[in-house]
Amino acid sequence: MLNIKCPYCGDRSQKEFAYGGDGTITRPKLNQEISDEEWDNFVYLRKSPRGKHIELWHHIAGCRQWFKVERDTTTHEIFRTFKPEE
Amino acid sequence: MSQNFRLNTGGLINRDKPIEFKFNGKKYIGYEGDTLASALLANGIHLIGRSFKYHRPRGFFGAGVDEPNAKMQVEINGCSEPNINATEIELVNGLSASSQNCWPSVNFDIGAINNFLNRFFPAGFYYKTFMWPKSFWYRVYEPFIRKAAGLGIASLEKDKERYEHKYEFCDLLVTGSGPAGLASAYAAAKNGAKVILAEDKPRYGGTLLTDDVTIDNLSGKDWSEKIISELKEMPNVIVKNRSQVFGYYDHNMMVMFERTGDHLEKKPKYTPRQRLWYIRAKEVLLSTGSIERPIVFGNNDTPGVFLSAAAKEYMKVYGVLIGKKPIIFTNNDSGYETAIEFKKNGVNPIVLDTREDQNSELINEAKDLDIKIKFSYAVIVAHGYKKVKSATIGKLNKEKIDFENTEQIDCDSICVSGFWTPTVHLASQSGNKLKFNDSIDAFVPDKSKQNEHSLGAANGTFTLQDTLKNSFNTGLEVSKSITKKEEKIQIPNTNERKYSAHDKFWCSPLPKGKNYKRFVDFQNDVAVSDIEVALREGYRSIEHVKRYTTLGMATDQGRTSNLNGLQLVANVEKKIVPQVGHTTFRPPFTPVTIGTIVGREIGKEYMPTRKTPMHHWHEKNNAVWVDAGAWKRPRYYKRGNENLFEASKREAKNVRDHVGVCDVTTLGKIDIKGPDAAEFLNRVYTNAWLKLPVGKARYGVMLREDGIVMDDGTTTRISENHYHMTTTTAQAANVLSHLEYYLQIVWPELNVNVVSTTEQWAGAAIAGPKSRDLLAKLFPKIDVSNEALPFMGYVEGDLFGVKARIFRISFSGELAYEINVESDFGLFMWEKIIDIGEEFNIQPYGTEALSTLRIEMGHVAGPELDGRTIPYDVSLEGLVSKKKDFIGKRSLAKEAFNKADRQKIVGLVPLDRKSSIPEGSHLVENKNAKLPNPKLGHVSSSCWSVENNNPFSLAILKDGKNMIGKKLFAVSPLKNTSIEVEVMSSHYVDHEGKRVRS
Repeated sequence: MLNIKCPYCGDRSQKEFAYGGDGTITRPKLNQEISDEEWDNFVYLRKSPRGKHIELWHHIAGCRQWFKVERDTTTHEIFRTFKPEE
Repeated sequence: MSQNFRLNTGGLINRDKPIEFKFNGKKYIGYEGDTLASALLANGIHLIGRSFKYHRPRGFFGAGVDEPNAKMQVEINGCSEPNINATEIELVNGLSASSQNCWPSVNFDIGAINNFLNRFFPAGFYYKTFMWPKSFWYRVYEPFIRKAAGLGIASLEKDKERYEHKYEFCDLLVTGSGPAGLASAYAAAKNGAKVILAEDKPRYGGTLLTDDVTIDNLSGKDWSEKIISELKEMPNVIVKNRSQVFGYYDHNMMVMFERTGDHLEKKPKYTPRQRLWYIRAKEVLLSTGSIERPIVFGNNDTPGVFLSAAAKEYMKVYGVLIGKKPIIFTNNDSGYETAIEFKKNGVNPIVLDTREDQNSELINEAKDLDIKIKFSYAVIVAHGYKKVKSATIGKLNKEKIDFENTEQIDCDSICVSGFWTPTVHLASQSGNKLKFNDSIDAFVPDKSKQNEHSLGAANGTFTLQDTLKNSFNTGLEVSKSITKKEEKIQIPNTNERKYSAHDKFWCSPLPKGKNYKRFVDFQNDVAVSDIEVALREGYRSIEHVKRYTTLGMATDQGRTSNLNGLQLVANVEKKIVPQVGHTTFRPPFTPVTIGTIVGREIGKEYMPTRKTPMHHWHEKNNAVWVDAGAWKRPRYYKRGNENLFEASKREAKNVRDHVGVCDVTTLGKIDIKGPDAAEFLNRVYTNAWLKLPVGKARYGVMLREDGIVMDDGTTTRISENHYHMTTTTAQAANVLSHLEYYLQIVWPELNVNVVSTTEQWAGAAIAGPKSRDLLAKLFPKIDVSNEALPFMGYVEGDLFGVKARIFRISFSGELAYEINVESDFGLFMWEKIIDIGEEFNIQPYGTEALSTLRIEMGHVAGPELDGRTIPYDVSLEGLVSKKKDFIGKRSLAKEAFNKADRQKIVGLVPLDRKSSIPEGSHLVENKNAKLPNPKLGHVSSSCWSVENNNPFSLAILKDGKNMIGKKLFAVSPLKNTSIEVEVMSSHYVDHEGKRVRS
């Protein structure tokens, strides 16, 4: 069970969080002209990197804030957690 | 027989308290402080079970977690549990144990015929034999293997015991209370750190209880008692015995189970049997010690063969002799400690040392005591079937691959010592890649991946002095970084005997022409020959050898077999052990009961139960419940002998004819506030939201980014910047997370806040032609006319002093209203509605009638919004704005979503107007077509239409738009039905939607 430091609440157990997917994806802007391929990439395609990766997590059983976590996908080491605007 | 093998004095047992217990139906006496194993050995019982595969007689081998054989079926307090390690369970009055894997008895076991057929049971026997004919697998092979395999019998009774979970945090968790554990815990605790010290046995001290050493002029045992009593006095220390740390998980999450009840004769009512601890430790110190390695020889599994340290522990801790005529078979000095202990207790052992004649403190001491020692000797084979009676021994030649001469000598036990294997399981679980240490022929921890350190024997340090020095220092260093203090402790003086070097000898060679079974893994019956077969058949990776032969896969995780197995593979492959590598260690280190893992989360405590404020009213009025997630909802209210079908029909009909009331508290409710709320809704929903006036509700559909419908519901504009959103019961949590995601991550520039108010509001839906009359009586001050409060209107009112929100929305397709009050007044509201509604023939209705009403109206719900449908499929394309962008809109342009024959919702009625169509039925053109019969769609929801008095269903059908009027078959292979149906519009009642607007 991971120990995750919510940037708003501090160290908490993984039980309080929900994983929210790849944290490096940017949603295309509204009303933006975009090709089928670009849109499909946004909706479906995710890298599954081995090693360092930035992820989204959601403190669902806590402050309900979404935030980012830089984590090693092989060792589960967490290097930093930060607010989405950081 | 009464404890003939109990020494007259000595041991740490309480001789003043005899304890009666049963084994295989016979009564025996032991003492308080015994384990089941030591008590049986005191009574001379060695034959305690049969082996897994060959049903060979087996006896005790170890004295703790290392024991591979002594798994028993144990009954305490009327509960029967299989596979209990007799060396770990403490003796209590009334305990009853029996042997496993034998029939009719451990003395005469029919299955032992396998032993004589053993050439038919080579490694991979099951893989090779039961491959064909394929049809035999289910009928013949599997039942046969199931019956023959397995050890104990799981109880079919419900577990009556209580188990608990506990969460704890500490600076340092120290696993094991031997010298390393005590020293490091003491140093860290004195330095102010919060320490948990866990010991798996009932007694603290580890090897200090059995080794002949002194620390600060105290015996090992006295020193450990002194340290433990000091630790127990310190407020920053938790000391736990009977507690096994069995799992090392991410981020130093340690899991431990504590045996809180099994050793108590009369367990207080609320004392759990076992407790599971989740411990988040800043640092973990692994002082798990080491386990003695066996030396492999012929018939080395015969009862009476022991690890030498176990024999010593039985004497020193329990005052029990495992034999009166022992052979000590050793490749190192440890065996001499056991020999000396035997001698002190009046027994004359013979020591066979595989090394050449030499001197060391221990060997000289043994020589001085006139202990008979044969150097360069090994045991070749043990004789005796149910107990060792003699052994053939031999003088090893120079290369130690053959014998110069052999002789047979009488003995009643053989104690083996093949040197020591550090217990690295937890370190390995933490992600530590182990390294091979040549000087001890074993793996030791390497670089730490997490915050852990291995100390003492667990780290390959086998002298007391070095262990204490390192452990005191590490305890101080590690705590220093946490407490920022540095309180040094004087490292005590020690006195211990010096060891000479051990011999790498690990397996006796077979004399020419002999074919003795030499076991590497006792618990899974893996012999040297099995591993050789696997290698001959081409298995190379140690992980494959393990799985093919089952070496090290039993509940003891190969604690005594691992390294010998690796050594064997290395020898055959002409490699060295580090090249072979080792298999992965996984939690749990020792078996854990399912009860402990589950804890209190059983029965209705398995998950929280959500009840609406009107729950007790429903209960009193014969509600039959249905689970909606964690919610309990009335499915119907039973009257007399009604069944589900009759009751739901009555309730639905009453809504169509008069008025009904339904508890809709469980609908998800989200409060949305902020100047950008309208803009936000406009992006979330597929339809337009910017122009919704205050005091109006609107129905909306939201999509996922992939264009699939996520949820639907109504949202009402309460005031300028304040909206009230409703979601379906099932999607409430997901929708909230979805909204939060877009507000916090995607569009943080929008000034909007969302919060769940599901539990703050109680909701009641009143539906039916009389609902307006009822509403007028509930709110006499409000104008409820169609003009003042039209369809999708909203007004706030006063319900006999309680503030209420009134929404004119409808799920049933009837004229209907939804009233919300603060939850505390939910029951008040409900009772008022029922009271006043009496004159309008009001009846409460449950989810079944609710479904009936929405299905025949063609309103979609969960079964249609199943994560596979886009708005077009469920005929909601009219709500999809062409002008604005919204979540998921771009996906709707996909080719597949715009095909001319795209699936669409339709209604179905059976041609006979009688047969109910099972939900999940497949729609096909021809029921007799050759398989695979092309599937055109599926039935999503079915009901008995109370309006038309015949069955009606909704279905998602390919090219549904052009299928109206066609005849198809709804086939359900599950229910074995095939019903001819007519396809029609999904709106079976009130096609124009007049009633909701009336």
